[in-house]
Amino acid sequence: MVTSNLISFLAEGKATYTDGGAAAEYTWLIVVLPFIAALLITFVGKYLPLKGAEIALATIGFIFAFSSYLLYLNVTEGVASEFFVNVGSIGSFDLEFGWVVDGLSIMMYFVVGTVASLVFIYATNYMKGEIRYTFFFTSLTLFAGSMLVLVSSPTLLQLLIGWELVGVCSYLLIGHYWENKDNSSAAMKAFITNKIADIGLMIGIIVLALSTGTMRISEILYQSTHDYESLKSVAYLAGVLLFIGAMGKSAQFPLHVWLPDAMAGPTPVSALMHAATMVTAGVYLLARMFPFYEGMANQALDVVLLFGVITLFAAGLIAIVQDDLKKVLAYSTVSQLGYMVAAIGSGAYTAALFHLWTHAFFKALLFLGAGSVIHAVHTNSMKEMGGLRKEMPRTYITFILGTIALAGLPPLAGFFSKDEILASLSHGGYSAYFSIAVAGAFITAFYMTRAVVLTFFGEYRGNGHPHESDSMMTTPLIILAGFAIAAGWVNIPGVYTGFTDWVTTRKTPIVEYHPESFDYFALGSGLLAGLTGIVLAYYVYQILGRPEEGDQKIKVEPIWNLLENKYYLDDFYFKFIVNPTKSTLANLIDRFNTNILDRTVNMFGVAASYLGNIVYEKFDQGGIDKALNISSASTEALGARVKLLQTGKAQQYIMYFLSGVIVISLLILLVL
Amino acid sequence: MSVQPFLIAAAGLFSIGIYGILVRRNVVMVLLSIELILNAVNINFVVFDAMLGDALLQGQIFTIFIITIAAAEVGIGLAIVLMLFRNRKTANIDEFDLMKW
Repeated sequence: MVTSNLISFLAEGKATYTDGGAAAEYTWLIVVLPFIAALLITFVGKYLPLKGAEIALATIGFIFAFSSYLLYLNVTEGVASEFFVNVGSIGSFDLEFGWVVDGLSIMMYFVVGTVASLVFIYATNYMKGEIRYTFFFTSLTLFAGSMLVLVSSPTLLQLLIGWELVGVCSYLLIGHYWENKDNSSAAMKAFITNKIADIGLMIGIIVLALSTGTMRISEILYQSTHDYESLKSVAYLAGVLLFIGAMGKSAQFPLHVWLPDAMAGPTPVSALMHAATMVTAGVYLLARMFPFYEGMANQALDVVLLFGVITLFAAGLIAIVQDDLKKVLAYSTVSQLGYMVAAIGSGAYTAALFHLWTHAFFKALLFLGAGSVIHAVHTNSMKEMGGLRKEMPRTYITFILGTIALAGLPPLAGFFSKDEILASLSHGGYSAYFSIAVAGAFITAFYMTRAVVLTFFGEYRGNGHPHESDSMMTTPLIILAGFAIAAGWVNIPGVYTGFTDWVTTRKTPIVEYHPESFDYFALGSGLLAGLTGIVLAYYVYQILGRPEEGDQKIKVEPIWNLLENKYYLDDFYFKFIVNPTKSTLANLIDRFNTNILDRTVNMFGVAASYLGNIVYEKFDQGGIDKALNISSASTEALGARVKLLQTGKAQQYIMYFLSGVIVISLLILLVL
Repeated sequence: MSVQPFLIAAAGLFSIGIYGILVRRNVVMVLLSIELILNAVNINFVVFDAMLGDALLQGQIFTIFIITIAAAEVGIGLAIVLMLFRNRKTANIDEFDLMKW
């Protein structure tokens, strides 16, 4: 345990919460354990009966239990504390790690713990017999652990470390089947796109750290709510830079391109990534820094709002034209992330986190359901599905529940969270953005209904006979379906608004708009849009004819093409960024490499070999060896001479002896 | 009575012994010369003993020791000479240079 002198409590804040006691003090366990578990799985996993999955399950089970207890504490009495461990100082800069236990973090712990537990259970079965099974669980555990590092971080530095770890793990998992070039390219794309955004985050962090003189998030937030001049002057810049970082992880337009490609990973990875561990990181960052945005970087919030709205609309449209079930869900995730970011941009902190919370459950449910379908029909393409409601009833019902939750029909989770975002937009006076968000709700309902109809209705168009997945896979679905139904009930305006209290239990007070009662205009428009979307899609794809012909009826050629090519964004990137980089920059680097680096290295090599030769000839052969040879030869020559004295003749010896005696006697006589 | 004549006699005997060792070729003669040297030493012991009037007669006791050891030495020496002569058919000391390099 960390000794008390290494921990410093921040003493400010309101007294409406406790410090969490022992549970908060030991929260570091859930951050550190996944890394130990990952090591264990790597080294001993192969020899265990479940190939390492049991270690992963035990770890994630512990995280789930611990985070549930923390959530219970937070719900009953409110917890906000932070712990710092100083690992070293460079001048006035303290290198600190630690963990935060407050409403926001606890909510994230719980989301990660819950979704990851279910995904892990699901994955033990889904991945059975797949290549690199043990390594998969190593990466999955690391992935969850990295996310916990990120959401538990009280300093920007630790946040950045967690951020990058998440990126690395996503790379490993997306490229799990790296033997296929497409998959490894997708992994690379995700990594590089994130990396580009990370540069924004990194610069933002440096700007913040330099202007505030600290890496501690709580102190930066304190300064931003207390009108510090040095911070104020860079607030807009820092706010935008942090948002660029968030755009990468949370897949905001135009940096969302990696996320649909990330579907190359196994489905449990997609579920985990989209619900809990990766794409929420950006929203989390914005929420964590929310007092900073509210207090100082208000103009940056306009940028956030703009990109959020663009994303929610643009990505939703692409989802309509996708044939790959997982890609529909992927674009849907991008679109829903757009809602969250837009909510933050409109100053609705709770609404964004509330949508994150509900979305985590129903999107995990949808992905796992899609995985169940894919597991049964062995293809991602909805063209080869259809009619599965009879074969896979449990998957069908849970998928339908997820769809309704996502489409935003009451009383399922998505209804409340989406309504709160719409209400916030409406309250903020952003009427144009509000209409786009309502249109987004319509699009969401439309593409989800289309996906459901294409997958589960009509006649089966694929090969073989699909079967319902076994209980190891359907049980998580059923549990998640429960969450998808009930997760929204924790924040019903005018009835129970506990969630608002959960996530606003923080050291820094949150100033935000929060609806006290239903905004019936927003609620009505959202609900109407959702219902219209469902009915229209059902009409087009089910009633008008066979589901697979539905696309033809609504196809408007130029728009459809634009959407199918994803606004030509990938082509744009390839033409103007990737290829020029590849040809010119790569050439330059190659030239630099061969002409300067290689030459330098070669020069060193040649010089070393030349020097070696000289040393060998002059020093070793000419010096040491020669000296030894000479000494041995001279000894031998001397011996040859001296041995002649030894004649073996006794009289001669006596002669010498006597001469010696006489000489010594004379010397004694004469000298003394 | 002076000790000088006795010491001169002993020195003469010693010199004769040395001369014999260095010059004679016959091994037996060399051994005899060694006996001469030993006896020269004996005379010195006895003379100094008498001159000093030692009550314990240490000089004369040493002389008896030397005579005893000389006898043993001659015994072994002559045996070696005998064996050499049997093997080499000669008693010339110059022939015996086995102990050289």
